[in-house]
Amino acid sequence: MVTSIIRRLIQALFVILAMTIIVFIGVNVIGNPVDILINPDANQAERARVIAHYGLDQPIWKQYLMFLQGLLHGDFGDSFVYGRPALGLILERMPATLELAITALGIALVVGLPLGLYAGLYPKRVSSKLIMSASILGFSLPTFWVGLMLIMVFSVELGWLPTNGRGPTMELLGTQWSFLTGEGLRHLLLPAFNLALFKTSLILRLTRAGVQEVLPQDYIKFARAKGVREGRIIGVHVLKNLMIPVVTIIGLEFGSLIAFSVVTESIFAWPGMGKLIIDSINLLDRPVIVAYLMMMVVLFVVLNFIIDICYTILDPRVRLDAKA
Amino acid sequence: MSALLQVSNLVTEFGGGGGHPGLKAVNDVSFTVSRGKVLGLVGESGSGKTVTGFSILRLLERPGRIAGGRILFDGTDIASCSEEEMRQLRGKRIAMVFQDPMMTLNPVLTIGTQMVEAVQAHDKVSKEVARQRSRDALGLVGIPSPEERLSSYPHQFSGGMRQRVAIAIALLHQPDLIIADEPTTALDVTIQSQIIYEFQRLAEESNTAVVWITHDLAIVSRLADDIAVMYAGRLVETGPVGKVLTDPRHPYTAGLIASVPSQNRRGEPLHQIRGMTPPINRLPEGCSFRTRCDRATEACRIMPGLIPEEDRSFRCIHPVMKEVA
Repeated sequence: MVTSIIRRLIQALFVILAMTIIVFIGVNVIGNPVDILINPDANQAERARVIAHYGLDQPIWKQYLMFLQGLLHGDFGDSFVYGRPALGLILERMPATLELAITALGIALVVGLPLGLYAGLYPKRVSSKLIMSASILGFSLPTFWVGLMLIMVFSVELGWLPTNGRGPTMELLGTQWSFLTGEGLRHLLLPAFNLALFKTSLILRLTRAGVQEVLPQDYIKFARAKGVREGRIIGVHVLKNLMIPVVTIIGLEFGSLIAFSVVTESIFAWPGMGKLIIDSINLLDRPVIVAYLMMMVVLFVVLNFIIDICYTILDPRVRLDAKA
Repeated sequence: MSALLQVSNLVTEFGGGGGHPGLKAVNDVSFTVSRGKVLGLVGESGSGKTVTGFSILRLLERPGRIAGGRILFDGTDIASCSEEEMRQLRGKRIAMVFQDPMMTLNPVLTIGTQMVEAVQAHDKVSKEVARQRSRDALGLVGIPSPEERLSSYPHQFSGGMRQRVAIAIALLHQPDLIIADEPTTALDVTIQSQIIYEFQRLAEESNTAVVWITHDLAIVSRLADDIAVMYAGRLVETGPVGKVLTDPRHPYTAGLIASVPSQNRRGEPLHQIRGMTPPINRLPEGCSFRTRCDRATEACRIMPGLIPEEDRSFRCIHPVMKEVA
């Protein structure tokens, strides 16, 4: 177990290193920040000074090595726009995004899993067919449109919920959280629901498909032949087999929830990382873009590792020690 | 002594309803099994043996349903039982062993979990007691170091071991009736013999009734007291094993027996029944075996009933008769 964890860590390091190269080159290809950073009226001497200040006059491999050197000290460079360390900027915004993503995932699980189970167990019922049709909507309606509709209905027409921002926050463990105040919770509700809609449909359909795959298996019939109660067959025999694909998807989708919460954050003016990255891309703020992408790589690596550990708990046939 | 299990005129259909007739996977099947006796239910793949087994336990999967006939278990009509009453029968008084041992155990639960739940489904006992009983049952079917094995998962067992676990589960409650659906088909011959021996001992010592579903006549001849031969959903011949196997009446039974390889007919080509089992939605009119039978005549276009003869019966108007020497 320990050796496999070490092996995984080394693999992760290589993944991260490979990603730094891709990210660094990619960001250098998409445009020259000099055009945006420097006042068009600036004279040659001023231009040269700014370029030299950011190290943009160096060849790209040298810039990359300097970047790597900084990375070893946990320094992604200063943001061109804010003039502050890029990593600090991102970490500042992270709790807002995490809060949103975790709430959305919670909604998706609490709604999607039971509904999917129901639709899988009673596929012929009208209610199941309604659930499945609704999930197609949840799947195919674009997030930004649903977000706007939510604002229209719940904020503009009914006036129940606020349209934007995090609302008042409360400090816990050194960071600010919305869900600790009633008003903050009200702010959280709409964006979290908007973000959760797609994932709910995904988990719902996955659960239903899983139930229908597991139910006809011989071992379910054999459990019935043993006289095991129906509740236990569903709750233990079906559910435990079902959790294997569901956990995979939850893990991967949690990453994408964080990485792609951009749309929802923009619509609800949620001050998270998604909004920061969109602004940074618009301004070609290289250090922030690179730092953000690196954070996402680390996030996915960590999530995958957690999923693998969950597998070994759920599925006895999977062992990390097994020679791959 | 009255029979423990009495199946009369059982019809199991798939599909149908709303005016359309369903496909009859089991058609007008009757047999009885007494305590301590082994009935060999024989037939080719698709002849309805397994469906008969599942009908007795009421474990048919939709769209399958019992469309006619009666199943009496120890005097109780199975059809009149509630779902909960059926659950209490399953595993407790009627146990079943499935054909494919690789598929019958849940891959993500330990053997212990799956055995303990089987005990606790019927008896209110503590986990420790249930575990003790599971351990004993594993020991009974010859699994070494059962205590350790309880914490293992199915994939850590070979096919033969898994089938023994399945049998151990079937034995947990000392059922009155065990339905064994080709339990040895997927196993090595050596393990086959051990398992057959276990069942024989069980029938004799615990007075358990066994319905042994198989296509292997050799096993039936060793194990069973009575035999019921099925073809395309119907019984074609029933009777005591000794009589039916040495002196078959129905041409299909005779064909099956002739197809068993034998030392005595070395060098000769192996006998085959010509043609294939017709699909049950395209059975010939009259006797289902008519199109493959050498003895068929025009008269076979009408389905014959079961013709009784002493303690046996057969469904043929041109029965095979051994020439009296």
